[in-house]
Amino acid sequence: MPYLVHSEAERQEMLAAVGANSMAELLADVPTELRLSELELPAGLSELDTMAEIRRLAAKNQVFSDRLCFRGGGVYQRFIPAAVAAVLAKPEFYTAYTPYQPEASQGTLQATFEFQTLIAELTGLAVANASLYDGATAVAEAAVMAVVQTGRHEVVVAPFLHPEYLEVLRCNARGRGFRVVQDLNAVGDATAAVIFQQPDFLGLLVEAPDLTKLAHQHGALAIACVDPISLALLAPPGEYGADIAVGEGQQLGLAASLGGPHLGFIACRQQLTRRLPGRLVGQAQDGSGRRGFVLTLTAREQHIRREKATSNICTNHALCALAASVYLTYLGPDGLRQVAEVSCQRAHFLAQRLSELPGVRLAYPERPFLNEFPVRMSQLERRLAGLSQAGILGGLQLGRWCPDLADAATFCCTEVNDPDAIEQLITALAAAA
Amino acid sequence: MKHAPEPLSFEKSRAGLAPPRLPKAGVPSSAALPDHLRRQRAPELPRLSEPELLRHYSRLASLNFSISEHFYPLGSCTMKYNPVANEEAARLPGFAQLHPYQEEASIQGALELMWRLEQALCAIVGVDRVTLQPAAGAHGEWTALRMIQAFFESLGESRPEVIVPDSAHGTNPASAAMCGFKVVQVRSGADGRVDVADLHSKLSTRTAALMLTNPNTLGLFEKEILAMAAAVHAVGAKLYYDGANLNALMGICRPGDMGFDAVHLNLHKTFTTPHGGGGPGAGPVGVKADLAPFLPRPTVEAEGGCYRFDFDRPQSIGRVRSFYGNFGMLVRAYAYILAMGSDGLAQASEDAVLAANYVRKRVEHLLHLPYAGFCMHEFVASAGRVADGRVRALDIAKGLLERGIHAPTVYFPLIVPEALMIEPTETESKATLDAFVEALVEIVELANSDPAALRAEPRSLPIGRLDEVAAARQPVLRWSRTLDSGEKAPADGSSPQGDPRQPAAVPVPTA
Repeated sequence: MPYLVHSEAERQEMLAAVGANSMAELLADVPTELRLSELELPAGLSELDTMAEIRRLAAKNQVFSDRLCFRGGGVYQRFIPAAVAAVLAKPEFYTAYTPYQPEASQGTLQATFEFQTLIAELTGLAVANASLYDGATAVAEAAVMAVVQTGRHEVVVAPFLHPEYLEVLRCNARGRGFRVVQDLNAVGDATAAVIFQQPDFLGLLVEAPDLTKLAHQHGALAIACVDPISLALLAPPGEYGADIAVGEGQQLGLAASLGGPHLGFIACRQQLTRRLPGRLVGQAQDGSGRRGFVLTLTAREQHIRREKATSNICTNHALCALAASVYLTYLGPDGLRQVAEVSCQRAHFLAQRLSELPGVRLAYPERPFLNEFPVRMSQLERRLAGLSQAGILGGLQLGRWCPDLADAATFCCTEVNDPDAIEQLITALAAAA
Repeated sequence: MKHAPEPLSFEKSRAGLAPPRLPKAGVPSSAALPDHLRRQRAPELPRLSEPELLRHYSRLASLNFSISEHFYPLGSCTMKYNPVANEEAARLPGFAQLHPYQEEASIQGALELMWRLEQALCAIVGVDRVTLQPAAGAHGEWTALRMIQAFFESLGESRPEVIVPDSAHGTNPASAAMCGFKVVQVRSGADGRVDVADLHSKLSTRTAALMLTNPNTLGLFEKEILAMAAAVHAVGAKLYYDGANLNALMGICRPGDMGFDAVHLNLHKTFTTPHGGGGPGAGPVGVKADLAPFLPRPTVEAEGGCYRFDFDRPQSIGRVRSFYGNFGMLVRAYAYILAMGSDGLAQASEDAVLAANYVRKRVEHLLHLPYAGFCMHEFVASAGRVADGRVRALDIAKGLLERGIHAPTVYFPLIVPEALMIEPTETESKATLDAFVEALVEIVELANSDPAALRAEPRSLPIGRLDEVAAARQPVLRWSRTLDSGEKAPADGSSPQGDPRQPAAVPVPTA
């Protein structure tokens, strides 16, 4: 049988060593009325047949070519250097356990320490943790930090936080007993945090420094949900004084993979360090003075503090954090800026080309954006269907989340959408009208 | 040679190194970002060439233990072989290159896979529906408790308490607290199982749920499970199954049949998705029909050979994460279930139980076994009596590392002093299990003859025992440049280069 290792003779030998006559004897504690005769599942398959079935399912999905994907909304098609896949494919990384035994885990621990430094540098904040599940849960964890830190029970969310992040935040808030308010005018003495996304869900830039000031004027924390690639160009949360930065790290070398596994990150001011959820790696020395790395400040965590822990998180997204580290180290500061700039310039070119089409206009022509923006267009559904038929994954329709934008879609560009791809999109969109 | 210290990527960085070649925009530049929203100081990312980058990570990889090379008898963590075919499956472009916001018609295969995985998990644990959204076991616990909370809210009942055994995983009380519940602890009896009398005294109409692991964290099957389920249901509460130990039970019995109302599964334990050095995992939650209306949305539904998301679930707790869960892990787990089938999964659990009992029997003369009788897929021993207490569980753990075997889970569960929790899994050969026992023999001999020598282990790993207390007292959680340096500032305006081998301490004040 696949992946099992014993011969029948070895099984008998082990049973005999144990002093049992049969497996049934070993399982005698299971009440007989609970014993199953068989699982209601098909019998196992050969690897050949398993992979044939898996490939059948994969083939039923439409894979859009990288360069013809203009859909973002939180997940972006970006160039992934071969180095990322090469490192992730190392079994020493992907089959390792959580680094609770530092002497046997220096590779994972050092890579995580580097990841924490990279995120801290990008966000301009003092400390970052070892990773969270995704951008949405990172927002929720940050909100909980703020509620505990301030002793207040309300968080105010600026317009156009990613709607799925908002939904996750609400789900957490109901469990944890705090309120989520979507009205910046409501910021006051009861506000634990002001949460905003930069750029927002539509791709538009918000006045992050002003929102941070607003929070601080009322004794609340400022939580910035940021796009890590944008931070090559945009002021990082630490520069404008935000207390906590969170975000989704999928763009840092991770496949879209229908939305996961991706990477949540969280960084904060030094004074909030002991409120951070999840694992933290710190530097340490061994008895001979050698530098090593170790999970530290564990008194915040569930395996030590149980119900008094800062969060219940245990398993995180370590391997995704490794991918992000390889990606950022591959690019370096100049490469990252180039990726951000190319994406930004191409998106602005696309915006201009789109707005030249009859029946198409920018939804917020006066608002600055980076590499994603909303456009309103006539016959939106028909045009997007036409794009799909032409093998192009066009903009993301906004109507399901924003009724005021029922005739709008956000389009994004990254370094993979070359000028030819942009022209293909324009041609197909004009033809589909 | 193998264990030469590897500098941090930041310390290997060389100012002036050009970035890799990247595409040019190729379009007229018209972007104008407002100055006050622009970054002032470039982030200080390392600059490494591709060859140096790959060597850096290869060297780091060589500093790790991993299941591909080492035995991990790590209790409650189920470190079994991660099939390489699963990796190939998840990397197929038909799965890896799907955008989560593609139209349903263009992701029918992905939806079908999720639907079929749900059916398979329902069959394995005996529940009616499963959500695949939670990203990890603790996330699944929290999701299930939120559903139980919403269920009682829908009945207009206030049930502020969740009961957990004193032997429970730390995530159980932490998840309950994150959900706003008061945690009530129930004792384990002398036989290592829940003290049923104590449970009766804690159960009331204030109880929302009892969270149980079965087999429990001592590797013992809760023989009174049916009576406990009846008692929990008699006060109207729900019974919650922590799936960390499901590897003992596949094809043998089902949590749903025992009376559990909600079940989380760790796909990265029982269903072989790799641990990745700490994640990503996946923590699907299965529920009985009465909790199904509260499942996170969307669910995946099948109709006449077509598959779709159902967002229209008015009683849903909402979302617990973005999109549809850790899809890449779902692909791996489904490939595993296909390959194993009903026969393979049952044999896997039987072999896991057999291996644990075999190792348990072989170490009974070396370690104290506080609980008599056969175990399930894992067992807990105490190191408290080794060398008359001159060494600790930690020393035995480090001695195993020195001998190329990963340490068992130590100091857990909390109710056993100097605990060593040992779970061999079904994918380790008898020869490996025997080698583990031989290593323990050697360690116990050393503990008796020269305990100081054991306390000095490991000696031959990349690093010796670290001063964790000092590390936590003045935490250094990131690399940063020291300011006292002679090197010229790089052109990007970042701070000057310090001594590359001496990261500046960034002490964190106590909150």
